[in-house]
Order: sequence, then structure tokens, then C-alpha cells
Amino acid sequence: MSFITGVGLTSYGKHEGSTSLDLMSRAAQAALDDAGLKRADIDGILCGYSTVSPHIMLATVFAEHFGIRPSYAHAVQVGGATGLAMTMLAHHLVVSSVARNVLVVAGENRLTGQSRDASIQALAQVGHPDYEVPLGPTIPAYYGLFATRYMHEYGVTEEDLAEFAVLMRAHACTHPGAQFHDPITVADVMASKPVAMPLKLLDCCPVSDGGAAFVISRERTGEAGVRIRGCAQAHTHQHVTAAPGLSELGAEISIARAKEATGLAISDVRYAAIYDSFTITLAMLLEDLGLAGRGEAAARVRSGHFSRDGAMPLNTHGGLLSYGHCGVGGAMAHLVEAHLQMTGRAAHRQVRDASIALLHGDGGVLSSHVSMFLERVR
Amino acid sequence: MSERGADWTRGEQAITYQSCIACGHVQYFHRAFCAACGTADPREARASGKGRVYATSLVCRAATPETRAHVPYNILLVDCAEGFRMMAHGDDGLAIGDAVTTSFKAFAGKLVPFFTKEA
Repeated sequence: MSFITGVGLTSYGKHEGSTSLDLMSRAAQAALDDAGLKRADIDGILCGYSTVSPHIMLATVFAEHFGIRPSYAHAVQVGGATGLAMTMLAHHLVVSSVARNVLVVAGENRLTGQSRDASIQALAQVGHPDYEVPLGPTIPAYYGLFATRYMHEYGVTEEDLAEFAVLMRAHACTHPGAQFHDPITVADVMASKPVAMPLKLLDCCPVSDGGAAFVISRERTGEAGVRIRGCAQAHTHQHVTAAPGLSELGAEISIARAKEATGLAISDVRYAAIYDSFTITLAMLLEDLGLAGRGEAAARVRSGHFSRDGAMPLNTHGGLLSYGHCGVGGAMAHLVEAHLQMTGRAAHRQVRDASIALLHGDGGVLSSHVSMFLERVR
Repeated sequence: MSERGADWTRGEQAITYQSCIACGHVQYFHRAFCAACGTADPREARASGKGRVYATSLVCRAATPETRAHVPYNILLVDCAEGFRMMAHGDDGLAIGDAVTTSFKAFAGKLVPFFTKEA
């Protein structure tokens, strides 16, 4: 068995003057404190990457800086799915007795450390260097292509997509650490600047500074236990040009594998933490995972289904769309929030029941997927 | 191993693709082998430049000075007649399902395939 024994999260937004290592260290210290562990207790380190400060050995750079000499350490890179992929690996490492306490950490000063153009340009390089990048696509354009196709096949509208931005903003307004605290409406989303149609500015997550960390342990360190019940991955392609049809995408494959691994069903899930780099990402993933029928996710947002008091509270911290997106740490905030909800520590954001949570991460252009079930144990 | 022919990625006004001599798999990204079965030396051919629009996204915010000079520009995924999918540029008004045919246009210092509605 494996437990998430501690979580740490900085606010997202501007951290002027903080380096990626600073943000990683701050989140890591918070996670250690939360777990009640000391540096000497950590024998494994997994970390993400930093586009601002790239390094071929970031895990040992961090370990030296933070003051840990682990027996297992390396970085992991699967884009936005990295956080959950590291958590999955940490789970297997502790279950197979390679390590007792694995620190999973990421952080990046992506907003203040480089220009927004540099961020957009760096990320667009996930495209094919010969067959895609010369055409001048951006990450929003890659997802914009999925969006027009999804809207065409399932009758989803731009107003439908806008609902997800409005919901994430409403949730962010209740979290002091979120990058955005001004409520928005569907009309605001529709009127926001076109980026890569049908995606407009408010359909897109921001660029942020921030850091997040967790400790995955073989044994519980406190009273509140959150266990990793099981997880699975699927990787169907890298480039959008080579993506399979909408009905064969990786989220459906990874959730099927995760359900099989755990014996759990979607009807068992009480809290959802789902990757939301763009409104279309969230709409597609909710429907691929079975948290809504095809073309029905927006209607479920409107009816309050995914709100804090709804039947399936979703990203109650505001998600990538409004809590913010600092790279690998971005989607790790989803897990931190799930942990707070499952341990009854989400203050005025607390949901009634978060006994079983479903987490899902996506990297690239719906290329890499990780699905994970967490369970509260008493 | 067969020579790689020039196509638009190398400045030529052509779209090329490969088909496997063993299993018939068609691929757009050039490789020395078939990605479906591994057989070496897939047959390379020039595509007709005809196809149907699979998806579109009109880019209004570009990230480099070279590409910014062209906004807005319409990025397409086109299902080509020969059975492969490719990314290209195209007319702003194109809709999913439109039958299209290609020409080539200068974009950010390179020649890129540009699809228009078939007459």
C-alpha cells in the first residue's frame, strides 16, 4: 500500500524574484511539514522539469540544494501528466520497497522568469519539428483543432465551453492562493480576445509562477490517511497530426485500466480532480472519463453538478484555468486540493464527502494520460 | 535504404507520404521503416494534394515576430485522399468536411501547403 502523507502548495501567480528551485523548496518544505517528516526520512526524490531553468539532472540539483541524499532520484517528463505520472511511480516505488518516503516536487517561475512569448514558443515545440512547427501552431491551436472537431461531432458550442471557465473562476474566488479572484460570466469568456479559435483568452489557462509537492509513503504518518488505490496510464501519440479519432483517445483507455486495477466504478467517485489546460480539455476529459455523457458536460456545469455543493465537486481550488498553471506543478495543485478535501482541511471550500477521488492528467496534445483513484482510510 | 524525396518540409512544392510494401500501412511522417509492422523501406509517393478538412483552428495570437506578421492564419488538419492526415494552412472560411485541394504559400520564411475549397 502507499499513502499520500503530506502535501505542499504555494500560491500561484507572480512570485517576483523567486527561482524554480526557490518555489520547489518552498513547496517541498510545506509537504514535509504536513507529513511530519524530516529531510533524513526522505529516501526518494522525483521531480518535474523547468522550462525557465532546464537541466539534465534536475532531481539531484534539487536534492543537493534542498539538503537530501536520496537512494533513488530522477526527473520525469510527460508534459502536463508529469505530476500524476510521478505519483504513480512513487506509488510503485514504495509498494515494491525501493523507497519508504518519496518526495514528489515541481515548481517554476514561468510567469516572471521569462516572457509570455518565450513560454508560448517553448511549449509549441511539442509539435513535430518538420511537419507542424513550421506552420506556426501554438498549444492553444493544437487544442483548438480538437475543439472544432469535438464541437462538430458532439454538437458542443463555444458558450458550452465558456461554462467551464466560469466554474473554475467561481472556485478560484474561494481560494486565497489562486491567481484570479474576479468572477467572470459566459459573456466575458465569449468577449475575450481570440487566441486560437474557437478558444479565446478566458478558455486558456494562464502562465504562472508556483510550486507543489507531496510525500508518498509506505506507512501513514498521521491520523488522516489518503491511500493511492490504483492508477494507470495510456499514451496513444505525441503529435496532434498523429492522434487517433475522438473515440479512441487515451483518457478512455487509462480510466478503463485504472478501473480494472482498482475494482472501482465511476459511480464510486465523490470528488473529481481533472486536467483543465483549456475549457475544451476539461469538457473532453470529463466525457471521456465517464463523468458526463457525450456532449453533456456543459449542461452538468449549468445544473451545479460539478460545483462545491454538487454531486461531483470538481477542481474546487479553481484548476489550471483559474488557480493557475506553472508547468508540472500546475496539475499537482489538483492533487493537493483533493488531499485537503479528503482529509477535511479545505476550510470554507470543504465538500460533504470526498471519500473517493478520481484524478486525471493529460500531457502534450491529449497524448499522455494518467488516471488515479485515491481513497480515504480511517 | 531508399532516398528521401524532397517535399514542402525541404522547400519543394510537393506533399509526399509513404506506404508499406508488406502491410500497406500509410504514413505521413517520413521514416526508414513502417511504424505499423517495422518493415524497412516503405514506398514513397507524391500525394495528389486533395482531401477533406478534419479540423480547423484560426490562430489569432502568435508567439514569434515572423509568425505574428501573418495573423490571423487558419491551421487545418486535412484527411488526404491517399489515406493520411496532415497539418497545413488554408482559407479562413473552410469548414469541417469541405473537399479541398492544395497550393503552396510563403509563411514565416518557408513554403507551406495551403488548402482551398475544391472548385
